[in-house]
Amino acid sequence: MSALIFWLLSIVAIGAALVLIFGRNTVHGVLAMVVNFAVVAVFYLMLQAPFIAAVQVIVYAGAILVLFLFVVMLMGNDPGPLWEHLAVQRPAAILLVLLLIVALVPMMDVRNLTGVTATLIGPEFSDPASLARLLYSEYILPVEVTALLLLAATVGAVVLGRRGAYRTKREEVLDLDEVV
Amino acid sequence: MVAGDWVEIIIKLLALVFVLLTGFAYLTLFERRVLAAIQSRVGPDRVGPKGFLQPAADGLKLLFKEDIIPRDADRLLFMIAPIAVVITALMSVAVVPWGPDMTLFGREVSLALADINIGTLFFLGIGSLAVYGVVLAGWASNNKYALMGGIRASAQMLSYELAMGLAVVGVVMLAASMSLGDIVDAQAGGKWFILLQPLGFIIFIITMLAETKRAPFDLPEAEQELVAGFHTEYSGMKFAMFYMGEYISMIVISAVAATLYLGGWRGPFVDALPILGPIYLIIKIILILFFFVWVRATLPRVRYDRLMSIGWKILLPLSVLNVALTAIGIVAADTNFFGLLG
Repeated sequence: MSALIFWLLSIVAIGAALVLIFGRNTVHGVLAMVVNFAVVAVFYLMLQAPFIAAVQVIVYAGAILVLFLFVVMLMGNDPGPLWEHLAVQRPAAILLVLLLIVALVPMMDVRNLTGVTATLIGPEFSDPASLARLLYSEYILPVEVTALLLLAATVGAVVLGRRGAYRTKREEVLDLDEVV
Repeated sequence: MVAGDWVEIIIKLLALVFVLLTGFAYLTLFERRVLAAIQSRVGPDRVGPKGFLQPAADGLKLLFKEDIIPRDADRLLFMIAPIAVVITALMSVAVVPWGPDMTLFGREVSLALADINIGTLFFLGIGSLAVYGVVLAGWASNNKYALMGGIRASAQMLSYELAMGLAVVGVVMLAASMSLGDIVDAQAGGKWFILLQPLGFIIFIITMLAETKRAPFDLPEAEQELVAGFHTEYSGMKFAMFYMGEYISMIVISAVAATLYLGGWRGPFVDALPILGPIYLIIKIILILFFFVWVRATLPRVRYDRLMSIGWKILLPLSVLNVALTAIGIVAADTNFFGLLG
């Protein structure tokens, strides 16, 4: 039963990914990405990790992609000059990818992979409480550093967004009065 | 799972959908009658006794209306958008428990479709997907008013989702669980979370109005400026589906608010008589729905920049403060810090 669901959903996920990459309509592309993320969330559910599935839906499908959609809608949907690619671009890209594969394959030593001792996480990992306990005890430093990075990025975005628009509180109030 | 479990799930599913769709139909009538009463009018009372067949008449009328798709609309998304609105509205009711476990026909039946251990997250996650229907409707219509409505909706719903999520965190901390069933159990004996989380409850109620795009936060469809906002170009049943989505999400979010803060299905004598559970919950839902209508009749629409500053500069900091205060309260109660408890 679950194998059947897995294969059917895999087809959906790959189909959505193909629409995203090859589709010409950017809004359709964003929606294909939503479908893809939703399917991945179902995969997490099938792996007994409902918390990760919920986060996948809330953070990726619910927040980040809405912002994508927001930007795409504001920028317009005209693919335009994006599709007038240079004549050498495609062969050059294929060549570079092949080179990258040739360079990477020797590094991927399969024998070493089997020797890796990954700590197996039990089913209790799916429980939000135990996940939170791990995040806020053993991994508190990475969590806080990531939070700091995100905060810095947010402050940066706010500063960039406000560039040239610095106004005093009094000016803002005066401005609002004009609107009224 | 055995066949009996599947039958049970399907029956519960059908019952829930039936309750929500009937609730939607009569909520429209309820809203119009209450609004009329508040504004000293009579309201629709011609169709059937006391106007009770008005929803059926409205439905029939919309069914026979011409279904128009604008020439330059994105046909596929134009059709998907209202469906997405209704589906996301229906989905999150799955995690709400409607009453205590009951024995029906010799089976132990739990009165929740799926009381999963991340129920509150599921509710918030589906809520965050609800934006898509509105945004897509606005974009696919290829109409500037609709697009403005869609953009406003996405900004508004994203902004208020944060404060709502953080308000719910307070309840989750008190109940030490994200399952709505556990949250109801933690409120046994009249210890409703509205008493312990008054600030959280107020934040939840305000964000609830914004998330359902109801007055005074109905900017996405502000009639005076945007015609009808994101559903300007819709007609017939597709138009009706937007209303269906809006009213169903009102019912569902009221059910969640009642479950999180007002003790859910709990009330006097419910342990002796389990059938009272759903009745108590429905009474609480109706009271919250009355509040929705009351607010709509009372408050004027908030201006857009004020909407954003309320969300980001007032509600979000307050909800973070609420989480911090709740944490302090829990630690203080656990360690008996103030020496108040025996």
